[in-house]
Amino acid sequence: MMPMKNYILTLTIFLPLIGAVLLLFINNEKKNLLRYFSLIISVITFILSLGLFFGYRDNQVGFQFVTKFEWIKSLNISYHIGIDGISLLLILLTTFLTPITILSTWESIQTKVKEFLFFFLVLETGMIGVFASLDLFLFYIFWEAMLIPMYFIIGIWGGENRIYAAIKFFLYTMFGSLLMLVAIIALGVSAMNQLGYFTTDYTVLKTISSNLLYSTQLLMFLAFALSFAIKVPVFPFHTWLPDAHVEAPTAGSVILAGVLLKMGTYGLLRFCLTLFPQISIDLAPYLSVLGIIGIIYGALVSMVQPDMKKLIAYSSVSHLGFVVLGIFAMTIESAQGALIQMINHGLSTGALFLLVGMIYDRRHTRLISEFGGIAKVVPIYSTILLIVSLSSIGLPGLNGFIGEFLILIGTFKSSVLNSYWYAAFAATGVIFAAVYLLWMYQRVVFGKLENQHNKDLKDLNSREIGLLLPILLLIVWIGIYPSTFLNKSELSIKNILKEVNPTKVELIKK
Amino acid sequence: MITNYFYIAVILPFIGFLFNGLLGSRIKNEKIIGWIGSGVVGIAFLIAVFSFIEVISLPVGERKIIIPLFKWIAVERLDISFSYLIDPLSLVMALVVTGVGFLIHIYSIGYMHGDKGFWRFFAYLNLFIFMMMNLILADNFVLMFLGWEGVGLCSYLLIGFWYDRKFDKSTTADAAKKAFIVNRVGDFGFLLGMFLIYKTFESLNFEEVFVLATKIPLNEVTITLITLFLFIGATGKSAQIPLYVWLPDAMAGPTPVSALIHAATMVTAGVYMVSRCSVLFVQSEVTMMIVAVVGAFTAIFAASMGLVQNDIKKILAYSTISQLGYMFLASGVGAFSAAIFHLTTHAFFKALLFLGAGSVIHAMHEEQNIKNMGGLKTYLPTTYKTFLVASLAIAGIPPLSGFFSKDEILWETYASGYYVLYLIGLITALMTAFYVFRLFNLTFEGKPRFPSHIHPHESPKVMTVPLIILAILSAIGGFIGIPEVFSGEKGNLFKNWLHPIYEPAETYLFHVNLHSHATEILLMIISVLAGVAGILMARHFYLKSIKPIDWAISKFKKLYNVLFNKYYVDEIYDLLIVTPIVKVSEKFLWKINDTLLIDGFINGTAEIINDLAKVIRKVQTGIVQFYALIMIFGITLIIFLLLI
Repeated sequence: MMPMKNYILTLTIFLPLIGAVLLLFINNEKKNLLRYFSLIISVITFILSLGLFFGYRDNQVGFQFVTKFEWIKSLNISYHIGIDGISLLLILLTTFLTPITILSTWESIQTKVKEFLFFFLVLETGMIGVFASLDLFLFYIFWEAMLIPMYFIIGIWGGENRIYAAIKFFLYTMFGSLLMLVAIIALGVSAMNQLGYFTTDYTVLKTISSNLLYSTQLLMFLAFALSFAIKVPVFPFHTWLPDAHVEAPTAGSVILAGVLLKMGTYGLLRFCLTLFPQISIDLAPYLSVLGIIGIIYGALVSMVQPDMKKLIAYSSVSHLGFVVLGIFAMTIESAQGALIQMINHGLSTGALFLLVGMIYDRRHTRLISEFGGIAKVVPIYSTILLIVSLSSIGLPGLNGFIGEFLILIGTFKSSVLNSYWYAAFAATGVIFAAVYLLWMYQRVVFGKLENQHNKDLKDLNSREIGLLLPILLLIVWIGIYPSTFLNKSELSIKNILKEVNPTKVELIKK
Repeated sequence: MITNYFYIAVILPFIGFLFNGLLGSRIKNEKIIGWIGSGVVGIAFLIAVFSFIEVISLPVGERKIIIPLFKWIAVERLDISFSYLIDPLSLVMALVVTGVGFLIHIYSIGYMHGDKGFWRFFAYLNLFIFMMMNLILADNFVLMFLGWEGVGLCSYLLIGFWYDRKFDKSTTADAAKKAFIVNRVGDFGFLLGMFLIYKTFESLNFEEVFVLATKIPLNEVTITLITLFLFIGATGKSAQIPLYVWLPDAMAGPTPVSALIHAATMVTAGVYMVSRCSVLFVQSEVTMMIVAVVGAFTAIFAASMGLVQNDIKKILAYSTISQLGYMFLASGVGAFSAAIFHLTTHAFFKALLFLGAGSVIHAMHEEQNIKNMGGLKTYLPTTYKTFLVASLAIAGIPPLSGFFSKDEILWETYASGYYVLYLIGLITALMTAFYVFRLFNLTFEGKPRFPSHIHPHESPKVMTVPLIILAILSAIGGFIGIPEVFSGEKGNLFKNWLHPIYEPAETYLFHVNLHSHATEILLMIISVLAGVAGILMARHFYLKSIKPIDWAISKFKKLYNVLFNKYYVDEIYDLLIVTPIVKVSEKFLWKINDTLLIDGFINGTAEIINDLAKVIRKVQTGIVQFYALIMIFGITLIIFLLLI
């Protein structure tokens, strides 16, 4: 017997899918009806997820809202879902960004509106499902399921070079996920060897995985890690990202950066760490170094981009480098920082893509050199762009700082990494972030207004301001009072780290 | 107690910021915007004054009040709150920031009159005061860092305030970006310092860290690293070698900004931070030495560049860098209260110099080159008189404020045995008097050298009244810190007031004071003579006969050019750091590594698979006999392999 309230999680996952199916019965021509309908569905999904947020008990260890049904009986594969503080925050990020993104397509998507919204809602189900799955096979299904709508979103509504970008995106991720599938099956088989039955249940597998041979564990870890690393993307698997972003429509970029990339870091945190603790600790220095290379490399390449969207895409590589570092430093500070940085990146980079999209809608170009001095004609736009850039730069008082600060301070004292150099190198990212964003801001917004095409640029309309405001609110909220979110995840993070390394993680009772 | 409500003094300017920032563009009435912007700072000043009166009446041991507001970042042992610390040091800073800040706000009402961005200006200015208050009142490193970065942001916004203007060879926007980024380099040090503090003390709270620092034995390397990292942060914010390069460019902002942010308050944040952490700094002899040396060298280095500049604001900018150098020199020799004393008097006379310069620029229709001025004293009598007071104060002429504070620094340097640094300080004093009076003479004295269509006129009251108040402060401000040698029993009031702050640090300073009062008075006379000599030289060369200077310039053309071009430091930084990073990022990282290597590999693999597929496809002929043949071959092979 399960209490009724547990169904709320299932409902949150599948409501968008139900909405997507219902969408098919609406007439193609009624574009606004289609839009309002999808918006309402996604808003209800958000409200449901708020129910999860307020219903979640942050002083209770383990997964909550757990639901479990048998699914493929012969293989012991079950529909097993549940959330802890980590998945809770990421689900909330997903359901928060989706309605905003749908609202942002109001004017920019005019062709095949129904198909677009259909894919979008299917995508949402896939994303929430990934964060809630407690069975690896189920996880894999959701993981793949969300690949397909994204492929179409880039491939149909993208820019000129969309086919190349879509295929590159698909193949890169597919390559990784196939390896992951092999590892999942291998884990299931080893469960059979140890327990006598095949299973892909995460909660069972993590009890048996550390009994495996070191070399077996290593191979499995690498299969999982590679799949996740491509998604993040960790240097040097990042080259699909700039292409995908540049070609994707704005809404695609927002969700891609805002949520999809987090699945990689979520996977590292949830599965790599707890399934293969010893390997994680042994490989932590290498993955941390890749994270740091990502931080610096992403920032430097971002700095010299002539296209705003590509610039932001590369900045994602840099920001997610911080997350990877935070996870593998394996301190409570750094892991909490990594989680909050995932949220922050979703908000700030999501907002940056929205803002670039808005200017693209008006001018049909994203080249920095096409702009300059637009502060005069679009003051509201310029102000919001500044606030979001500052949040991305990590200005204290806004959200970005909390994540970076916690990650760096945690890395600095990390006993797993045990060297100051990690934090010292990573902290240079703080300087470079200011360079690439302020330089872009200066070239776009400041200076003399010389380009004739920009002279009668229209400032943001109320729909655009309205969809940015909730993001701005959260940017400030997390910056000033992050406890609302940190409290939700602290115990879950501690728990994961305790499982990884009971000796090195000291648990302090407050 | 009013002191318990001190946070209102912090929040008020923020409310002013929100009000002007959100509604300012619609209100359009300069009076409302300007007086609300100034009013909030004025009330904050009053709160500071009343709190000061309350705190001074408390027994010395109880002069520390903590106002906790709410938790900010709490993870594990990391426990950081929005909470303010009111003690003698933060009160001095708060009085200076709100007091001088208030006067500059008022002045700006006149100076910015008619500017399209009037509301924006006041919004930024209020935001600045809010951030600065956080910086000085914070009771922990992280909140201080919030203020620290926040004032940097305001500086960025205000330097680039006229974002579509040219400045020097580039633009105001460039100057703004440079300031922010150079400061970030310093902040990188600040961050590392904080990390190491957290690792060492498991806390970032001032009280906890400073108490622990005196109790647990500290590794010498650790404490040296901590303080050096913090000092890197200070060199960024307070424009010391090697990170001073942003401050001269910061003059691209409106003049009241230069007065408030880039002279009186923000740039002194580094000095304040070192002072706040005195108990950490004194535990590393190496760091203390570096602080003193960097301070002294910056003082003389910046002064030398100030000698030959012609832009009125640039001269003052170099002067600021140089005076900040004095403050670090003082800190480095352990005379923290002398540093804060000079910080205070400098806030008065340097703000006055800048505001006076603003009044001149206003009267001259945006002309800033002193070569094109002259004879302004008859046109701008109030500006002239107040500027003279400030010039005498910075030149160290008794009994004006600069005399007491600068002399205390020189004396303390000498007394702690740093004779070379003392000498540098003394020569700098001479150079200071010289460049200030060169500026003064070329601007106000002599005959007008500007075109006849310019008719300079004195600024309105709203600008001259702040000048007069600052002039009074510059004149008498030094009396709060009359040295013991004159005041006798009572001792140095300012030093006594700050004593509880530096008490823990003093136990680590071993100076045996062998020098007598006679030496102190003798040195005082020498430094006054240096100031007088500087003034007289400037008077002689720039009023009586300009020839020797022209001769010297042509004779030492190379040296002159080096000074005039600021030792080419900007160009060197560009060549060695900026250009290589940009070029490598673009040409190598992006175009070669990303596009050619990684993508080449990926796309190459795809093509190879594609080609392979084309070959293998041929095997699929559809002829069943062919498949059967292959099968037989295969089975034979397997059997063969199994048999052996």
